[in-house]
Amino acid sequence: MKRVYVNEKWCLGCHLCEYVCAFANSGMKDMAYALKGKPIYPRIHVEGDEKISYAVSCRHCTDPICVKSCIAGAISQVDGVVQIDRNKCVGCLTCVLVCPYGALAEGENGAMQKCELCISNSFGEPACVKNCPNRAIVFEERGEAQ
Amino acid sequence: MKKYVIIGNGVAAVGCIEGIRSVDLDSKITVISEENHHVYGRPLISYYLENKTDLERMNYRSKDFYEKNGCEVLYGRKAVKIDTAAKKVILDDGKKLPFNEVCVATGSSPFVPPFEGLDSVENKFTFQTLDDALSLEKAATKDSKVLIVGAGLIGLKCAEGLYGRVESITVCDLADRILSSIFDSDSAELMQRHIESKGINFLLGNTVSRFDKTKAYMKSGEQIDFDILVLAVGVRPNTALVKETGGEVNRGIIINDRMETSIKHIFAAGDCTEGDDSSVGAKRVLALLPNAYMQGHTAGINMAGGEKVFDKAIPMNSIGFFGLHAMTAGNAEGEVYEEKGENSLKRLFTKDGCLAGFILIGITERAGIYTSLIREKTPLCTLNFDLLKKSATTASFSPEIRRKKFGGVV
Repeated sequence: MKRVYVNEKWCLGCHLCEYVCAFANSGMKDMAYALKGKPIYPRIHVEGDEKISYAVSCRHCTDPICVKSCIAGAISQVDGVVQIDRNKCVGCLTCVLVCPYGALAEGENGAMQKCELCISNSFGEPACVKNCPNRAIVFEERGEAQ
Repeated sequence: MKKYVIIGNGVAAVGCIEGIRSVDLDSKITVISEENHHVYGRPLISYYLENKTDLERMNYRSKDFYEKNGCEVLYGRKAVKIDTAAKKVILDDGKKLPFNEVCVATGSSPFVPPFEGLDSVENKFTFQTLDDALSLEKAATKDSKVLIVGAGLIGLKCAEGLYGRVESITVCDLADRILSSIFDSDSAELMQRHIESKGINFLLGNTVSRFDKTKAYMKSGEQIDFDILVLAVGVRPNTALVKETGGEVNRGIIINDRMETSIKHIFAAGDCTEGDDSSVGAKRVLALLPNAYMQGHTAGINMAGGEKVFDKAIPMNSIGFFGLHAMTAGNAEGEVYEEKGENSLKRLFTKDGCLAGFILIGITERAGIYTSLIREKTPLCTLNFDLLKKSATTASFSPEIRRKKFGGVV
């Protein structure tokens, strides 16, 4: 399955992926209108320090512990993609407690959110990958865990 | 073709069904459900009262879940005996279900101490099932004065659920602090202050010495008037079925890391069990939803002839009250790193070169990174702990480990 990977050496730490992600999942057509002057809720975030930086988003694990831990049965895996039904989520944060990558966070209305590879928004493919100015973020097949 | 019987219809049962179906797509699965409900997330009952969810959204799996997985669910039925010689589960209506493999996923039941005068109380409830929540919903009015006995997870979630529906809520507990099973005194105090600021009253280190209809006489001499009583003192694993069959039972049904009980072909999963707590290397009842699912899933795979062990169970909780979130995991012992704020607290406990446990209130971002270090017993010398303790970040890992985690196969 294709996943989002980040090359630490190329990541500039510019945070543009965070803005593009928030826009891609905003459901709006205009980026400025969607983001300007508002707190943003991206599903990818840049970590690191002045020496190294990299963006983190859901790994779509082959054996996802968040799916097994969700108290509402709101997280599921469909064709390898880990998805969250934000309508069912009650915001208990158990997924945050168990995800070893720190890939889930609270969204705008208290329900959790996570990277779903842009499959259900208007982009259709990961917007962070498409818009990374240094091509540090890639979307590719690197095999599955055994 | 095998015949599978699952006794219970909670999250462990779902794990078991999905575990079986990952190996065996054809054999019949019979689920015995004492409750007359499609499987729901049990911890959601307080969110239901809070109007954060509803009966439809509480369904833990889709409506057609059982059908799609070839399960027959016997609603409103109870298993009364497992006949190991005949390999049959006997139901309360006398029906006998033959099995090759059975999974006991009977959960736990509220423990109600024999309070003097309890019989005289008309409006009394426990808070364990959806039916409990529905009864409470019916009974609660704008004028209700609620007394909750027990300031643990169940009692306090019940208080949060009822908040806004009733006039007043008082919570009492014999322990001198709230959430005594997961919090130390400082963290309990912080959370208590937050809950109190919403108008909920506490009587701690105190208990009811007797009830008289709508009055509770406390040990301290105080009298509390109430019209709704919720008993949330604690729960006990439902072990009787296995105990009476001669299986090994302590507080819970003893299971190994394949979820086998001491009796062949009888597996057990969820809140009724006592399995290995890998954080202490001893058996413990870990009545937590994620563990219930993982135990059920493991049991299912092994019942169907697959090979699976689940040996990474640790205590962990994520719980919030009125917008303030808390998380705990592992054990609160060893050296302490602490950060304290006005409305936040972080305590990381390190022992034998590993992260042993944590208590986080109000600073819970990416806490799973900490949890995984406890679960995997990662030596802290392999990472930058000075960075990690300040912030749960994978930037504290060595570049090699990080590249392995993020760069390749997961």
